[in-house]
Amino acid sequence: MPITGKEYDKMAQKASPPSRTALNCLKAFLIGGLICAIGEGFYQLYLYAGLDDKQARAAETVTLIAITAILTAIGVFDKIARHAGAGTIVPITGFANSVVSPALEFQSEGRIMGTGVQMFTIAGPVIVYGTAAAVLYGLIIYLFQLY
Amino acid sequence: MPIRTGRYVLTLPSGPVITGSAAVVGKKEGEGPLGQEFDHIFTDTTMGESSWEKAESALVREAIIRALAKASLSSAEIDVIFSGDLLNQCIATTFGLRELDIPFAGLYGACSTMALSLAMAAVFADSGAANNAIASTSSHFASAEKQFRYPLEYGGQRPPSAQWTATAAGAAVVSKSGGGPRIEQVLFGRIQDLGIKDANNMGAAMAPAACATIADFLRDTNTKPTDYDMILTGDLGAVGSKLLIELMQKQEGIDISPVHADCGLMLYSLDEQDVNSGASGCGCSGSVVCSYIMKRLTTGALKRVLFVGTGALMSPTSSRQGESIPGVAHAVLLTSTGRE
Repeated sequence: MPITGKEYDKMAQKASPPSRTALNCLKAFLIGGLICAIGEGFYQLYLYAGLDDKQARAAETVTLIAITAILTAIGVFDKIARHAGAGTIVPITGFANSVVSPALEFQSEGRIMGTGVQMFTIAGPVIVYGTAAAVLYGLIIYLFQLY
Repeated sequence: MPIRTGRYVLTLPSGPVITGSAAVVGKKEGEGPLGQEFDHIFTDTTMGESSWEKAESALVREAIIRALAKASLSSAEIDVIFSGDLLNQCIATTFGLRELDIPFAGLYGACSTMALSLAMAAVFADSGAANNAIASTSSHFASAEKQFRYPLEYGGQRPPSAQWTATAAGAAVVSKSGGGPRIEQVLFGRIQDLGIKDANNMGAAMAPAACATIADFLRDTNTKPTDYDMILTGDLGAVGSKLLIELMQKQEGIDISPVHADCGLMLYSLDEQDVNSGASGCGCSGSVVCSYIMKRLTTGALKRVLFVGTGALMSPTSSRQGESIPGVAHAVLLTSTGRE
């Protein structure tokens, strides 16, 4: 008796083990929270060093990006991310990793056609739609004179 | 000359002989349960090369050179080589074989390439078109990830149904005569597609093809699963194997579970090596068949093995366009030296 696509889809779903959602959420929460706590630590440190609020926030972001870039380059970041999931993807660390990892990977195809072209293959959509959303958001604020 | 048996099976009366075979693997594969079986384990996954693609070329070349040495043949004595890999335009193969000066027929069968190339080489040897032919294939975790998924250092999570592309290559010399395991029958499979779209669940995409090929083979040869010591699928992994057994039961009313094994479940230790549903890639079945299986066929520990290589025929483009994943499976009946 031939199996239809619909029946097979059900069989395949049943046979595929589900992701461990509860455990993944817990790990993402803890590691993501830890990253934010580290960020807050840097922020306080920069305030203590005499930077103003705006400068300290920028410096904190740059620090997290730099740490991510280094951890990506030495091959540690992906090992943390395998456990952390959304915990490393959602903070700025995820964005930094998504730019650095293709930049490294495509080095073998040259600095321009490799690194230059491929660097934003993963982060590209985030930038495109992030910018588009910001424009839309600005437009709404402008039209309704919310400020 | 090959004789068509039933609708799809080709019987090879001369029984082409595998006079030499070799498998070379990367570090992770060497640390797996079959570590002792391989001819060489590269501890450096770059194989000392400057790119992953070149590393894979080095891998397949090494497997071929070792297979030739085991068959006591030089490359000048080979009439044709059937080989392929997963990379665009099969560059791992072509660049790896460039220096060997052997007539080359490139194949793309995705992860079914070991079975496909063995079948082609056997038909050539049986028909007299070649005295000696080589069947080989390779895959490399890093080059495959780069082409099909994400950069190596990208921090993402893999779903439990995903499989790990093996860094491995296998090569076999198929000759008209000599000593070694024989290829008695082959079957070139039909493309099957039951609509699976998830590229992280290739076992599910390929299981219908394996089911069709095994059912065709058993029907055409009028045999049953227990006539074989092993029905060995290529790289269905945990999910695909489960589905294959279920499909065979429901669709064909045949229980293959007592003799079924899967290279994707043999290459790694699933619990300890963090490979989710098992191994995949051309080199998965390539390395398992060209080492573990051939050795046991040579000693007679295994007598009849129906090797069914499975391939998922998608590309990153077709996946992005939302297409489903067609699967294909090719069968090769391998028998031990002592023929009845």
